[in-house]
Amino acid sequence: MAPVTTGAAPALAVSGLAKRYGARVALRDVSFAAAPGERVAIIGPNGAGKTTLLSILAGIQPPDAGRITRAPHEIGWVPQQAAVYGRLTVAENLRLFARLQRLPDPDAAVARMLEQTGLQDRADDLVGALSGGNRQRVNIAIGLLPSPPVLLLDEPSASLDPRQRARMWAFVGDLVADGTTVVFSTHDVQEAERCADRLLVLADGELLFTGTPRELEAAVGWGAADGDGRGGDFEAAFVRFLHERGH
Amino acid sequence: MRWLLLKDLRILRRSPLLVALLVLYPIVLALLIGFALSRGPDKPRIAIYNAIPAGERTVDVAGEAVNADEYLPQLRRSVRLTFADSRAEALRLVREGKVLAAIVLPGDLARQLASGRSQPTLEIAYNGEDAAKQAYVESVIEANLADANAALSRRYQRITADYIDLLLEGGELSFLGREIPILGLRNAERIVRGAIAALDDDPGTRAALEQVARFARMAIDNLDVSTQVLRSVGTPIRARTTIIDGRKTPLDAYAVAVAATISLMFLALLLASGLLSLEREEHTFARLVRGLVSPLGLLVAKLGLAALCAVATTVAMVVGLAVAFVELDLARFPLWLAALAAGGVAFAALGVALGAVAREVRAASLLAFVLALPVAFLALVPSGAVSAGLYDVVSVVSAAFPFKPTLRAVDTVLTDNGRALLLPLAHLAALAVAYASLARLALRRF
Repeated sequence: MAPVTTGAAPALAVSGLAKRYGARVALRDVSFAAAPGERVAIIGPNGAGKTTLLSILAGIQPPDAGRITRAPHEIGWVPQQAAVYGRLTVAENLRLFARLQRLPDPDAAVARMLEQTGLQDRADDLVGALSGGNRQRVNIAIGLLPSPPVLLLDEPSASLDPRQRARMWAFVGDLVADGTTVVFSTHDVQEAERCADRLLVLADGELLFTGTPRELEAAVGWGAADGDGRGGDFEAAFVRFLHERGH
Repeated sequence: MRWLLLKDLRILRRSPLLVALLVLYPIVLALLIGFALSRGPDKPRIAIYNAIPAGERTVDVAGEAVNADEYLPQLRRSVRLTFADSRAEALRLVREGKVLAAIVLPGDLARQLASGRSQPTLEIAYNGEDAAKQAYVESVIEANLADANAALSRRYQRITADYIDLLLEGGELSFLGREIPILGLRNAERIVRGAIAALDDDPGTRAALEQVARFARMAIDNLDVSTQVLRSVGTPIRARTTIIDGRKTPLDAYAVAVAATISLMFLALLLASGLLSLEREEHTFARLVRGLVSPLGLLVAKLGLAALCAVATTVAMVVGLAVAFVELDLARFPLWLAALAAGGVAFAALGVALGAVAREVRAASLLAFVLALPVAFLALVPSGAVSAGLYDVVSVVSAAFPFKPTLRAVDTVLTDNGRALLLPLAHLAALAVAYASLARLALRRF
């Protein structure tokens, strides 16, 4: 699949990524690009390679082949499980990672993140005592500390209730409005339809589709069902798309 | 790396119960094991019933008065005595487990000793509830009986030697309140030889007297030798001990060495394995190694902090013991530090290896315990206590773990000038490198 370009230089461009674990192919020739301020959702069935792709983009493991235009330190990463220290406070967690990232002014970065994520009142609370939603906010805040141009989110709403989910996506919307490119994986295809500008559909390590949700519906022959252009059941369209391609 | 160390210290500070357990448990365990090695069993409690009538307790042994109560202080050195009023009471005390055994002195003991014609017999009763206890009681009783027999026998030997001297040199013999003059063989020989010299013209009488003089001379020569033989009968064989290998380590100093090594082992192992596996449990490992810290740097940070905490605690314990309980040379403190630091680093390296393999704090702690205790006990097995082949296996296993070389190093610095320190230090360095390498490999699938 050729990368999609929108005229401006892409914030992130990936070409020919491949990864194997022994005999199993986890990723096969995956290429795409994401523009500045774009929200890209990676969707696919279990074992499709979503987390593998994100972990390679984050620099946690190297690819067997391919190129990525951004170095890991230029990409913020928010893992699925909140990677925070429960016995440290919110502020201590942020300060630790700010120092490890050698930010020029760690205290200022911590203050900025606390404000941006709305955690000022919880700064001195132990992270272990926070709710799942707030822990995820700390998790995201750590990923945003270096103000990266690209932010990777691995299943960001998996442990959140609907209200927390809505707040999180509102926050992501603010980031995107400021020009941050957000690439996220999700099992919830309806969430991808609602929150993503563009979809990447992975199955068995292969990139099957890159485009908007409407383009995916069109790919299975489903047109607009009502005046605002939204189709019928997107999840059904997605399943049909996979089925037509043998997955 | 500094920030990682501070972060871990902060986490430890916020887990006071964990830290208290981590510090107190190995110290208490170590002290118990260490001082158990240096303390013999408490004196066993023995009941004694003396049926000898009060007026018969002093026995005339070859003209000397011997009182059985003279031997009680000697007995008290090895046992705690409880006096029973009757045989039945003594046996009751044994039955109820209040004493380990009972000794009954029969009423005719003194008369039998005085007559010398029959061997007096004591009655000894004890519970044979298990073979180990039975063997222990029997060994205590036999040892004390042997001591009592030896004391009596020495008394008899001394009296006999005195009699022989009287026979040789002459003197006065006390008998039934009278003093009887004894000529003595030397005097008798002298008188007979004088008489022989005066009998020039009576060859028959001279010849007979010559026989008497020769007999006297033979008796003098042989009795002279026999007094030496008598004195050596009491102790026919003496033993001279020579320590071939090792040093004569005071047992209390060795107990401190064992206690220090056990404390160091538990602290370093548990801290290192726990701190590393915590990074995986908190899901922070991947976040750290994606450019913030290298995997090796992370290992060094965990290993360093664990070793530092373990060494600091153990040094404090050893200094406390040296000041309060056991005489140790505080001037050797730099050597103590070197030995404990080397041991701490080696144990911490093993700890991070366990943490990298286990990948979870609880599993890592369990693995540390399961591995540490048997290895420590194996390392304490002395040569000669098991067969040669088995000891070789034990030695190989012990060499693969830091416990034995650490114990050797600490024992050396607590009791010697550190001359034999280089070899265990080199051993510990090699183990530290090996285990750290293993940990680094295991981190690939962390």
